[in-house]
Amino acid sequence: MRATAPLNPFEELMSRAQSLTDSDTREQIVSALFQTSQAICRESVHYTKQKKHDETEKLDRVLTSKIWGFPIMLAMLAIVIYITVAGANVPSSMLANFFNWLEGYIGLVFKQLHAPDWLYGILVLGLYRGTAWVVSVMLPPMAIFFPIFALLENYGYLPRVAFNMDRLFKKSGAHGKQSLTMAMGFGCNAAAIMSTRIIESPRERMLAILTNNFVPCNGRWPTLILLASLFMAAGYTGGWKTFVTAGVVVAMVLFGIIVTLTVSWILSKTALRGVPTHYTLELPPYRRPKIWDTIIRATLDKSVYVLKRAVAVAAPAGVLTWILANIHIGDTTILTYITDWLDPFARELGLDGYILMAFILGLPANEIVMPILLMGYLSTGALTEVDDLHSLKQIFLDHGWTWLTALNMMLFSLLHYPCGTTLINIYKETKSKKWTLLAFLIPTSIAIAVTFLTTHIVQWFDLL
Amino acid sequence: MSNNHNQYTIALAGNPNTGKSTLFNLLTGLRQHTGNWTGKTVAHAEGFFDYKGQSYQITDLPGTYSLYSNSADEEVARDFIIFAKPDVTLVVLDATALERNLNLALQVLEMTSQVIVCVNLMDEAKKKGIQIDIHKLSQKLGVPVVPISARNEEGIDQLLDTIDQMVRGDIQTNPLQISYNRAIEEKIEKLVPFVKQVIGDHYPARWIALRLLDGDMSLLQSLQKEPRQFLKEVPHYACNCSTKSI
Repeated sequence: MRATAPLNPFEELMSRAQSLTDSDTREQIVSALFQTSQAICRESVHYTKQKKHDETEKLDRVLTSKIWGFPIMLAMLAIVIYITVAGANVPSSMLANFFNWLEGYIGLVFKQLHAPDWLYGILVLGLYRGTAWVVSVMLPPMAIFFPIFALLENYGYLPRVAFNMDRLFKKSGAHGKQSLTMAMGFGCNAAAIMSTRIIESPRERMLAILTNNFVPCNGRWPTLILLASLFMAAGYTGGWKTFVTAGVVVAMVLFGIIVTLTVSWILSKTALRGVPTHYTLELPPYRRPKIWDTIIRATLDKSVYVLKRAVAVAAPAGVLTWILANIHIGDTTILTYITDWLDPFARELGLDGYILMAFILGLPANEIVMPILLMGYLSTGALTEVDDLHSLKQIFLDHGWTWLTALNMMLFSLLHYPCGTTLINIYKETKSKKWTLLAFLIPTSIAIAVTFLTTHIVQWFDLL
Repeated sequence: MSNNHNQYTIALAGNPNTGKSTLFNLLTGLRQHTGNWTGKTVAHAEGFFDYKGQSYQITDLPGTYSLYSNSADEEVARDFIIFAKPDVTLVVLDATALERNLNLALQVLEMTSQVIVCVNLMDEAKKKGIQIDIHKLSQKLGVPVVPISARNEEGIDQLLDTIDQMVRGDIQTNPLQISYNRAIEEKIEKLVPFVKQVIGDHYPARWIALRLLDGDMSLLQSLQKEPRQFLKEVPHYACNCSTKSI
């Protein structure tokens, strides 16, 4: 070797080094570094006010441990959703009963005033019933889910989630901080897009932007929870039913994370090639949150906000769908024309024309997909009274739903294009029509592909 | 390592938000100017001060958590320490987050032996009930450790004295070398002779071997770019400071 002096000694040296390196050299180096720092500190630093520091460290040793970190994370999510599903049933039914009772009186008022039938149709059968369903179905789970989530967040658990996920993101070629922006996405994807600013490298930031949509936001949690509790645990009763429901929602979230990682990985091997950069993630100490403050703020800020958005957009949409459903061209209504036109394609995805229409009209905000769907169904003459959750399921069943339809709607909701606000933010942040378009196309194609495959595999194996 | 123009150079390294700039301002007063690193969009501050008849040029490196060249900032800081070979590298640590801050200090110790560690924010640490055994720390790290509170201008005299002693060669350091796991140590051992053969004794061979094992391409590129020239390039830019005598 030495006899033949290489032309470029630097390259020779580099290739020699490369032949010795393996993929986790960096990690071994960094962990040796951290261990040394830790050892030095153990001997030279003493805490006189020990209590707080110790607790955080002890908790972190468990919550971010290699073995327990992930199971605990999933268990936490499952528990939160379990409490949500279990707790939401009773108030949901009570609300539905209340709205049903109120509708009787509203009907009386309309009769007293000799209001024309079409007005009663638009206002009560379209607007009122649609809104009533949305409130009774969406409010209770939100009023439970958001405060619990906010408590965990304020306690300081979310940075730990990011810490646990960090390794996975780095393996998929993305920046560890993407786990933080992903965690933001559980609240609101539009806000999470803004938060990707914390990632300095443009390549890794783009990865975070393009994949943020694959975790369910505030607008989609209720849809997932509702459909899971109505259809996925049909064969079970009591506690088991709730347990299975929670399990299905957790599985959905997991699937979303898997898609996030896979898409990041594929993009970082193709269009956005590069090596992930290193960073330091500071874990803030755990703090006991102001419990009532958090609950009240989460309820007011999030639940009411989401509901207001849903109702505000859904109410006009309800009126519109009712009108579309009642204006006839020839024998069929305009609504039927639209849904019939969408139907063949939607069937391939295991959905139907109404569901697809709801998703399309729901582009401005994910919150209104479910309301529009309900109003679409209600306006077709199947005048289901707002009664309880069983009759809600009946509405779906009357339109030929099976568990597969529910599963596909959940998958489509999880994976489809980001909402209008998010897209606008993506454009603002990337200043690129191309990437914004991709942010629309990548999730949409995945949503279509996954639901298509699910439907056809299930049909193929005759699992229904 | 003394310079021919009778002026010692000091590099100031540290994590972000450790009071590095406070110390820099305290030492230099108004005798400073800022600019950009040649070819990089990283801000760069340089200043001057005199102590005990010696004049010093001090460079405030970008605040970074590591020197693994993950970003332009880290590359600039790393290249300065390796190529400009400052007479003293001051590593500023946050006393309230010593463990995290030490990571950077340990990385600097692998690169040069002319290091003084300043533990800043001692006042805040005291308030938080954190006691730091400075003597022990110094023993472990193998370099002088000076506790300071830049904000309250405490410990600055001791720091200046230590700098003075170091440039005079009165301090023998024995910087801590991190021991890696056996697999990595074996690889380093294999690589070091070749590093020395290619790059010479001018740079810390063990450290360079380690960086190469980590796949650090940018370092090799910097090394390839006629390092001597680079060394001179760094302190030169359009500045009209009277103290600069070349």
